[in-house]
Amino acid sequence: MRAVTYERATSAQGAAQASVGHKGAKFIGGGTNLLDLAKLEIETPSHLVDVTRVPGLDRIAPTPDGGLRIGATVRNAELAADPRVRRDYAVLSRALLSGASAQLRNKATTAGNLLQRTRCLYFYDTTKPCNKRVPGSGCSAIGGLNRTLAIVGVSDDCIAHHPSDMAVAMRVLDAGVETVMPDGATRTIPIADFHTLPGKTPWIETTLKPGEFITAVTLPKPVGGRQSYTKVRDRASYAFALVSVAAITGPGLQRFAFGSIAHKPWRVEDAERLKGADAIADRVLTGARSTDQNRFKIALVHRTLDATMRGETA
Amino acid sequence: MKFDKPAGPNPTDRMRILGKPFDRVDGAIKVAGQAPYSYEYHDIAPNAAYGVMVGAGIGKGRIATMDTRDAERAPGVLLVLTHRNAPKMFGQQKKQNTTSQESSEGSEEAKGAHAAPQLQGRDIKQHDEAVAFVVAETFEQATAAAHLVRIGYSAGKGRFSLTEGARNAKPNPEAEDAHVGDFDGAFAAAAVKVDVTYTTPNQSQAMMEPHATLAMWSGDQLTLHTSHQITHWSTEGVADTLGIPHDKVRCVCAYIGGGFGSKLEVYGDAVLSAVAAQKLGRPVKCALTRPQIFNHTTHRPPTIQRLQLAAGRDGRLLAMGHTTWTGDQEGARGELATEQSRLMYGGANRKLETYIATLDLPKGGSMRAPGEAAGLFALEGAMDELAEALDMDPVELRIVNDVQQDPTTQDKVRPFSDRKLVECMRQGAAKFGWDRRNRRPGQMRDGSLLIGHGMAGGIRNNMVKASGTRVTLQSGGRVLVETAMTDIGTGSYTINAQTAAEMLGVPLDRVSIKLGDSLFPKAAGSGGSWGGNSSTAGTYAACMALRTAIAARMGMPADAEFVDGQIRAGGRSIPLASAAANGPVVAEDTITYGDLEKTYAQASFAAHFCEVAVSAVTGEVRVRRMTSAFSAGRILNAKTARSQCLGGMTMGIGAALMEALQVDERFGYFANHDLAEYHVPVHADIPDLDVIFVDSLDTKSSPMKARGVGELGICGVGAAVSSAVANATGVRVRDFPITLDKLLPHLPKVA
Repeated sequence: MRAVTYERATSAQGAAQASVGHKGAKFIGGGTNLLDLAKLEIETPSHLVDVTRVPGLDRIAPTPDGGLRIGATVRNAELAADPRVRRDYAVLSRALLSGASAQLRNKATTAGNLLQRTRCLYFYDTTKPCNKRVPGSGCSAIGGLNRTLAIVGVSDDCIAHHPSDMAVAMRVLDAGVETVMPDGATRTIPIADFHTLPGKTPWIETTLKPGEFITAVTLPKPVGGRQSYTKVRDRASYAFALVSVAAITGPGLQRFAFGSIAHKPWRVEDAERLKGADAIADRVLTGARSTDQNRFKIALVHRTLDATMRGETA
Repeated sequence: MKFDKPAGPNPTDRMRILGKPFDRVDGAIKVAGQAPYSYEYHDIAPNAAYGVMVGAGIGKGRIATMDTRDAERAPGVLLVLTHRNAPKMFGQQKKQNTTSQESSEGSEEAKGAHAAPQLQGRDIKQHDEAVAFVVAETFEQATAAAHLVRIGYSAGKGRFSLTEGARNAKPNPEAEDAHVGDFDGAFAAAAVKVDVTYTTPNQSQAMMEPHATLAMWSGDQLTLHTSHQITHWSTEGVADTLGIPHDKVRCVCAYIGGGFGSKLEVYGDAVLSAVAAQKLGRPVKCALTRPQIFNHTTHRPPTIQRLQLAAGRDGRLLAMGHTTWTGDQEGARGELATEQSRLMYGGANRKLETYIATLDLPKGGSMRAPGEAAGLFALEGAMDELAEALDMDPVELRIVNDVQQDPTTQDKVRPFSDRKLVECMRQGAAKFGWDRRNRRPGQMRDGSLLIGHGMAGGIRNNMVKASGTRVTLQSGGRVLVETAMTDIGTGSYTINAQTAAEMLGVPLDRVSIKLGDSLFPKAAGSGGSWGGNSSTAGTYAACMALRTAIAARMGMPADAEFVDGQIRAGGRSIPLASAAANGPVVAEDTITYGDLEKTYAQASFAAHFCEVAVSAVTGEVRVRRMTSAFSAGRILNAKTARSQCLGGMTMGIGAALMEALQVDERFGYFANHDLAEYHVPVHADIPDLDVIFVDSLDTKSSPMKARGVGELGICGVGAAVSSAVANATGVRVRDFPITLDKLLPHLPKVA
């Protein structure tokens, strides 16, 4: 890890300003992903802006329209345990608890989780080409080891997947990402527009602008329904999903978002008007481009969705 | 003491202290963080500089360009070692009578057998072999500067695929093949047969503590605190590499955070720390990074195994064929997967063949139960398939084919020293409730879960090694035990202390014990499951010598009894402590062996019974319960032995369901080189495991009457799991690990 300079931000706008004031600055929350990547020199920040002490960012509060506003630095463990989340947004609580380990959930933050980076093997190996790590160097995963990687929304430059569980639940809940710019301007980015597909620029993963700082994630008024998060994985805990399904179903209500099959949490709203798991899955996976190693994910999406719709898995 | 006749009654039979489930004598300091591991001797080397190894980024080829200027100029950097400035080092010399030396085990090994030269040229033989070693004032500076070493490679064409290599594989010179009777004729003529191929992947030992070394010179004397399973192998390995006499190197390895075979070899951390410490005139330490461990150090090589089993309608084996292919670097042995098939079951017509392909992947080595762990997956899996073909209970099939003498050695009758495989099967089956198993696959459901039961037998060859101990009766009556034996987490401290306490008739808390220093009497070390039995046999020998010395000093007969802190004979009883009233009494001895290992087949046995649940939706497999019965001669400590078995069973479940190094055949390396992507079981994967020890004593193994237990736990587990999966689903996966993508295409359509 390279030497870095460090400062603690005391306000959200101050954090945004600090990050543009230094070349190579990064915000740091729990550090559960950034520090690992920095040690391997996959991330090479020269300046860290610690946002964990910004007053107010660690709060969960109701919004005027009956929803919930989750501060950027609310820890995954706290969020999962919040009684309002457990009651009204159970899919979020379940997604969080299926991720990482208790120790990591105690550190990891809400905003940081949205920004966690792919687990593609080659992204982690600085001696190998990776367009996401070194633009233009090539994609080692295409034609290499890609069993866990994306099957939809892929490009010729990158087939990396987004590994977050929390973000998949946020997607099915229609969350919004609140931000502040260095000049104090604020906006809310719908979660659907927050993460991007790799295209020809796989190193760009969100629509955040330089210096733009996430202050909170908002959840709209509860929609009720049966909420589940099914995570399919190679071991019983402490493993990234091969496929996950965040679901909200009820009378006149069906919403599904899928994890670990794309560069972003994957949801196809059009498909939710269809009947039957296979029809929905077919629409969700339209244009899928799988490899010999990860083709099984297509069947896995069908089967897991089907079981979810029959209420067979939690 | 030479052990060349079966043991008669001896003081170990009292079992007042031996066998009892004592807590580890080193347990308290370990959980309190006070047991120093090799990287943690901060107090004795406060001025240590930090070394960071740079590993090659290609699997085969050459260093084309190397620029170390930025690294050398980086803050805090003291030294950058590369092939350009590294001293000449020496590797293994060809086996010739003139250069061979008597090893401590009494067998001949080539000079430099444990040597590990580093940085000897531009040629790259394996991914992550050392190409540079950066030393700086702090760990952070060294790590940062290591990234500044700029290397250009010209990649060569390597051989990285066992599937391809197997086509041109050669007979493996390290394996003992066997041809007994007329295999082909018997197999062709048999009524019932299976002919199936199993495959196992490369696996990593993935122990917790990384390989690490602190190197210090004093004049021409080198001291290494280094994480290694056998202190004299690391001593000889480093000395031979550097071309200095063995007695100029001292290796200390008091505590080891797991090895599983990986720490039987010397690596870049030890050699390069030693070189850098000499160049800089100050201590240097280095720990391999987690990604380096997966490619720089050894692993379990892959196998392809063809099993051909033929039986009569009564289940008796008529023909057993086990043909295996493995791959490794030139001169390395690969995975010897036919080992267990020599001894496990009868059958008059046998064919055991082993082929090896030369691969340019990282060098293979030993990993817990090398040979058996992979071989039993295939043999016991095929036995389960044979039972299915016979419509016979798999336990009964094994019992029918039990033997009490070596079924493969032809030229002489070689009985087993103590074989209780059938007892393991019966006791395990009873405790598990095997009689309630539904033999027809795919019949048991629990909601959306498919439930299945499977079983397998296990065997691990028993090995013994020469081992020495020094025992001192100190003034005040305390006993000090010193041996170069290591404790890699197994319980060597505890069982050697128990042995001394038992032999000298003192409570366990009167014994102090020191291990893991090459200045102590040369010992068996930890490998091949020989350590527990062999090192306690060495302690037994030293204690017998001490008893003789004490008895002589006190005018007691040689056969005096040492019990309750007293020496007793002929109605006389004197306190043991009084023998040291005028100064300590010291005795040292080494246990050596005759040929009982050859005249008797010695092995430990196991039987595993397993229940799995397979999601009918996703194909995810989870083990729900497992009962395993073991026969390993005398159990020296019921608690530490059970822990060894639990660890082996856990590792076996991991091998069955998740462990695999993923080979990138373009770059020639294992790409999943961290513990996020190389999966081993977590707590949630492991249910309550039930361990049974079947009563046994092995009078041919050593005066301790014990056998190896450390590797036994893993032997056969994978086949029990795979057979349970087959019973649950009707799908037989013959390719480790059994991940859901291999089951999914065969599972019934949901709803």
